[in-house]
Amino acid sequence: MSLLLPLRYLSGILKVYYSIVCLWNDTLRLITSRDYKMSQRMEVDGKTALKRLQNYLNNYYFRKIVYSIVTLFGISILIFIIARVLPGDPARLALGPRAPEDVVEQYRKLLRLDQPIYVQYYYWLIDVFHGRFGLSLVTFRDVLTDITEFLPATVELIIFTLIIDIIGAFSLGVLSGRKPNSIIDNSVRIFAYAGIAIPSFVWAIILQLVLANWLDLLPAYGRLSLGIEVKRITGLVTIDSLLSGNLIAFGDAVAHLIIPSLSLAIGCIAQEARILRANLIENVNKDYVLNMYAHGIPGSTIFFKYALKPSMIPTVTIMTLDMASMLGNAFLVELIFNWPGLSRYGITAMLRKDLNAIVGVVLVIGLAYTIASIIIDLVVSYLDPRVRHRR
Amino acid sequence: MLLEINDLHVYYKSYWYTLKVLNGVWLRLDRGERIGVIGESGSGKTTLLKSILKILPQNGMIPRGEIRYDGKDILKLSGNELSKIRRKEIGMIFQDPMAALNPVFKIKDQLYDILKYKMMIEGHNPSSKELYEEASKIFSDVRLPDPDRVLESYPFQLSGGMRQRVMIAMALISAEKLLLADEPTTNLDVTIQDQILKLIHRLVMQKNLSTILVSHALGMVYQMTDRVYVLYAGDIMEEARTRELFSHPKHPYTQLLVASTPRLSSVGVGEGIKGKLPDYRNPPAGCRFAPRCPYVMDKCINTKPGKIQVNREHVVSCYLYD
Repeated sequence: MSLLLPLRYLSGILKVYYSIVCLWNDTLRLITSRDYKMSQRMEVDGKTALKRLQNYLNNYYFRKIVYSIVTLFGISILIFIIARVLPGDPARLALGPRAPEDVVEQYRKLLRLDQPIYVQYYYWLIDVFHGRFGLSLVTFRDVLTDITEFLPATVELIIFTLIIDIIGAFSLGVLSGRKPNSIIDNSVRIFAYAGIAIPSFVWAIILQLVLANWLDLLPAYGRLSLGIEVKRITGLVTIDSLLSGNLIAFGDAVAHLIIPSLSLAIGCIAQEARILRANLIENVNKDYVLNMYAHGIPGSTIFFKYALKPSMIPTVTIMTLDMASMLGNAFLVELIFNWPGLSRYGITAMLRKDLNAIVGVVLVIGLAYTIASIIIDLVVSYLDPRVRHRR
Repeated sequence: MLLEINDLHVYYKSYWYTLKVLNGVWLRLDRGERIGVIGESGSGKTTLLKSILKILPQNGMIPRGEIRYDGKDILKLSGNELSKIRRKEIGMIFQDPMAALNPVFKIKDQLYDILKYKMMIEGHNPSSKELYEEASKIFSDVRLPDPDRVLESYPFQLSGGMRQRVMIAMALISAEKLLLADEPTTNLDVTIQDQILKLIHRLVMQKNLSTILVSHALGMVYQMTDRVYVLYAGDIMEEARTRELFSHPKHPYTQLLVASTPRLSSVGVGEGIKGKLPDYRNPPAGCRFAPRCPYVMDKCINTKPGKIQVNREHVVSCYLYD
């Protein structure tokens, strides 16, 4: 019975969630179902407030944002339950094995762990609407405070990784796609297989060893060298140093970013370069490219304009997804480089069964995926008019 | 003689095997003449046209053969001379306009580039206004209304007929001497087919273009061409004046092909030809039609028949007429 109870909670809550989603869908469909042509005709007649509202609700991105809020809500329910259903006593873990039982019991009461899950969730939701995400059992601070402290370091790492990723993936993909099976292509292929096969934390150690230890070109770990300090404004050291006009600190921060971002980027670069290459090779033989050759347009124009643009679409999609997944997957790299980021925080939370922190971190990662999918949509619809006009 | 093709071989290579598609194709085309190439799907018609412009896919190669255009061998031309021919002299209508127009660029982007590079070879760097005027002129030639809308559209926003008209417009820009039309009506509705056919016919007559019309629509070939080549599995089987070919087909393949065309006067549909195209990885050593031929002889299987002159303007590649 005790085992079935959480399952019953789970199914009950899922049912409620499902009906909420259905209700949302129906409402949205009801509001937006008017024929698009109809609203166009109304535009000629004059803009009514209702029509404007319809157009607004019909907007693809508006709908997307609404759906992602619903999704995040669902994620919060799911992860809230999973974190609590898993075996292990958070109160005991937080206080240590030697704490007396009555203290642990008291602590459990404080955290409302003695109450049913839906009650706990209800209180958690109320807290969220008040801007609190619950107490972390490890740091004894509000989870939101923790996240705002640790997130910028990871965001900075990811942004820098993305820059390296974009440059690397496109240049390698184009180089190997331009002349398939040439020496360059084959070297890129070997690099790509190594890049995909070797996990990022191994790259981290290799790069640390070679670039920092043997060649002594770059700092091995940390965000800033000892003795250099930057006032915290946004939490992104590079931006903060620029804002406060400290160029030495900026250079130092960038130098510290290179090895971690490179080791995170290599796997992504390898995968994306291969995908870009495959798409280029496929598109170069398409009739729409041959048609351009038939008209005597120079090969480089054809390649970089007519073949590259359609080939970029899958690569960009994967690139953005990689970016979101990095938020959760960067923990080993963050550990190796002593990087005070969110992944490391999240892993600690999981190991210590820090309930509220787990929910908070997962929600942030979920949010990152949502943002990533909106970015994908924006970029893909920029690249592909078919997608743009379908909306 | 505008175009003369001799002993053209085209292979497609992949990692595991080589497809030996064209097997010594020969063809000639006089100035102002319109010829047709007929044959079933997969017999190498499109490959033949693509090799005339040297725009085969990357795995395509031409191990042997000669394509003499205007006295020059296209296969041996330098890049500059070749792009001059591609920009100004030969134009090609692709089979499927949806596939031949880049889906992620506006018609404007593609058409203006084609126009621009053609004008550049005439030593003139056009402004966008000139490009627009030129484009509208060509659009009115192909009876495309509302050039502003078409130019600003992406291919998927146009109807099939409009796409094919855009395709023809593009081909016309380059085709000042020779037009290659690769099944220009196959992917269209029947009602549109006739319009497009008439349009091509009118334009070809008006500009006195030499034309190679590739099709498996025999009726269309009959209407539009002076001479016809029959291509089967990468071999030219028969060549004759159009009327002669359709009234007195000599090669067994041509006979079966013509007989299998449905006619209004006959009951039901034609018989069709039994069997299927040979495997290009390992094609028959002799006549490529031998495995399907009702009159097959021993020598057909081992040696390929040469050109056999039946009468002055009728050539057939078959031992039956040896």
